[in-house]
Amino acid sequence: MPNSTTERTRPLSPNIQIYRPQLTSVLSIANRITGVVLSVCAVVLVVWLIAAATGPQTYAVVQGVIASWIGQVVLFGGTFAFFLHLCGGIRHLVWDAGYGFALRSIYASGWAVVVASVALTVAAWVVSLFVAG
Amino acid sequence: MDRQRTRSPLARAMGLGSAREGVEHWWMERVSAVALVPLTLWFVASIIAHTGSDYATFTAWLRTPLASILMILLLIALFYHTALGLLVVIEDYVHSGAKFAAHVAVRLGCFALATAGIVAAFRIAVGG
Repeated sequence: MPNSTTERTRPLSPNIQIYRPQLTSVLSIANRITGVVLSVCAVVLVVWLIAAATGPQTYAVVQGVIASWIGQVVLFGGTFAFFLHLCGGIRHLVWDAGYGFALRSIYASGWAVVVASVALTVAAWVVSLFVAG
Repeated sequence: MDRQRTRSPLARAMGLGSAREGVEHWWMERVSAVALVPLTLWFVASIIAHTGSDYATFTAWLRTPLASILMILLLIALFYHTALGLLVVIEDYVHSGAKFAAHVAVRLGCFALATAGIVAAFRIAVGG
């Protein structure tokens, strides 16, 4: 028996890095990542509410941070994360109800989630900028 | 989808899941998700409608009974859903002793944040 067997690195089963990314797998991990991102956004929501409850000066500070260019970039990213998680979540609820498991349906709903998330994010910002005047 | 139907006949008879709470965790994540669909859409639409509003206009809106109620319901559903989701993420990726600390931090953190948000919304509502 070769004595190198114990030293040899044992073969591992194929892991995610050797697979070509697919819409299904990318949306699956995207739903989880956006969920974690939205957890951070939820903390910002509470900070924002506490600032509003504290008074006009504190609220103005938080609004100033949100209105800054970096605040707007983060808010735009947060908006996209929200709509992706919302649409992805509705897709999951449909699956949980037992529908949409055919391969064609899975890809159709997947692209629908991507298109709807982008469209809703753009629509939200266009309307918001229109309201701001 | 009755959650009872997702359990084995024996588990249903005994009233237990595999670890007694796995199905409940899964189920409540879905229930809170259903609540969050209208609540978050209401919130985002309201924020868009208040783009550029000053402090007085914004708090006047949050003081209305409907806005106060929906904001508090949003905070409850949001942090419940956040806790359930983050706990699963931790269970999947953290296998060291940090898992225990992370679990406690998520549970206590979400509870504290929900409470802080609800108190803030309530104080705005009563003009405190």
